[in-house]
Amino acid sequence: MLELKNLSFEVAEEVSQKEIVRDISLSVGEHRFVVITGPNGSGKSTLAKLIAGIEKPTSGQIYFEGADITDKSITERAKLGIAFAFQQPVRFKGLEVLDLLRIASGRQMSASDACEYLSEVGLCARDYIRREVNASLSGGELKRIEIASVLARGAGLSVFDEPEAGIDLWSFQNLIRVFERMQEKNKGGSIIVISHQERILDIADEIIVIAEGRVADRGTRDEILPGLLGTPSAVKQCTGSQTKERIVRQ
Amino acid sequence: MMDTIQKRLLSEVADLHDVPEGAYNIRANGEMAARNTTANIDIVSKADGNGIDIRIKPGTKQESIHIPVVLSESGIKETVYNDFYIGEDADVVIVAGCGIDNCGVQDSQHDGIHRFYVGKGAKIKYVEKHYGSGDGSGKRILNPGTEVYMEEDSFMEMEMVQIKGVDSTVRNTKAELAAGAKLVVRERLMTHGAQQAISNYEVELSGEGAGADIVSRSVARDTSFQKFDSRIVGNVPCSGHTECDAIIMDKARILAVPSLEANDLDAALIHEAAIGKIAGEQIVKLMTLGLTEEEAEEQIINGFLK
Repeated sequence: MLELKNLSFEVAEEVSQKEIVRDISLSVGEHRFVVITGPNGSGKSTLAKLIAGIEKPTSGQIYFEGADITDKSITERAKLGIAFAFQQPVRFKGLEVLDLLRIASGRQMSASDACEYLSEVGLCARDYIRREVNASLSGGELKRIEIASVLARGAGLSVFDEPEAGIDLWSFQNLIRVFERMQEKNKGGSIIVISHQERILDIADEIIVIAEGRVADRGTRDEILPGLLGTPSAVKQCTGSQTKERIVRQ
Repeated sequence: MMDTIQKRLLSEVADLHDVPEGAYNIRANGEMAARNTTANIDIVSKADGNGIDIRIKPGTKQESIHIPVVLSESGIKETVYNDFYIGEDADVVIVAGCGIDNCGVQDSQHDGIHRFYVGKGAKIKYVEKHYGSGDGSGKRILNPGTEVYMEEDSFMEMEMVQIKGVDSTVRNTKAELAAGAKLVVRERLMTHGAQQAISNYEVELSGEGAGADIVSRSVARDTSFQKFDSRIVGNVPCSGHTECDAIIMDKARILAVPSLEANDLDAALIHEAAIGKIAGEQIVKLMTLGLTEEEAEEQIINGFLK
């Protein structure tokens, strides 16, 4: 379904905040649930953006369903069936949740159809469908709407960049169920999740470990996860400060 | 009675496809084209012919008044005075609006001066839409003047919309509020080409507990220019809020001049103004949902001006 060949992303300026990707080659087959993990700054988020077309690689190729999409725009990739959930969802003044879901689905979906996607992410649809996707929504609400917008796309390949960031305890459990149900429903589709949460790693078919912009390790969950436990690549669901402590202890 | 161009203008400015329900006065090319009064709402032409008096009886509920103006001939220039006398405790919707279609070389101009005398406890929703079309070199010019005199505990919501096709606008709005009166203004504006739009508000809060909330959302494209000048004066314990939120595009220019004057210790006044371009991440997000860059921009603007 997806194949990356010798993919690199380099930034000229030393001051840049962007993570670097070095010569990554990997493939993701049909109906797979792949989690890409690694320490902060390892290049995982950049990798996700390269797949969605938000960043352009400095060298290497990306193939989707057998076709070279390296030079395709974000829009073209979206139309080919790649969906992307932002780590930090974007706010829009005036655009309503229903508008966003309609754009995502590419059709004039009914309010009741839209409600199903919102229920899926644990939001009471009646209260949210006419809300603006603006600063009046909390970070957690926005994040769930972001995930609902990817569900509404029904894409062949859905990429989630740290979906758990900013989500509370209740919806974290819900999130796991969302992924499981997505996999059940979308038979041919694959999911790539960028995350270092142990509980998300725990439902992966396959785990890819990125370190310093390279693939450090990859394999099935059973092969990889035991070696990651207790490292920054597989943290237990916890607060930010605890996460930092773990990293410091490494 | 009206030709197709006039009917199209009417549907743009008043959402009317034919004559409306209730009271109405339709002015086309400088003359009255149609009028209807009701038991509670009277419309009378002024003696000099340059406008109408609208009298709404006290206690009139759930009625509407439509007073659209359409100009489809090139070169018409008119100033019209419409006075609204709204009786105590009335609760009505007033829809005004002006559409100009100018295919000629001469400028077409409509200056509508509306004065509202809002009685005690009355509740008004006022909608005013402007629209211009036609590909002539003659300009489409609209200069609305609005004066609002609000008696105690009255409420008025004004929705002002100008989205397309008007070359030049100077909007002057003045309001004086007595005790407990509330004024809400929602202005939505989009300018394109070389258009100019100037909007001046001056609101005097002169009765205890009076309140005003004036919010403008606008988009300036191409080489257009917008000025939003909103002034709230608080003479007594009162509350006032004015906000200008603008998206700037291309080579447009926007000037926001919010100003506040407090003449009383308990006058609580706030102004906010923000001008900025469309955030790149908003466009990227919509592109990941399958829209092109242009489609994404349109969606963002449409949402913003909704």
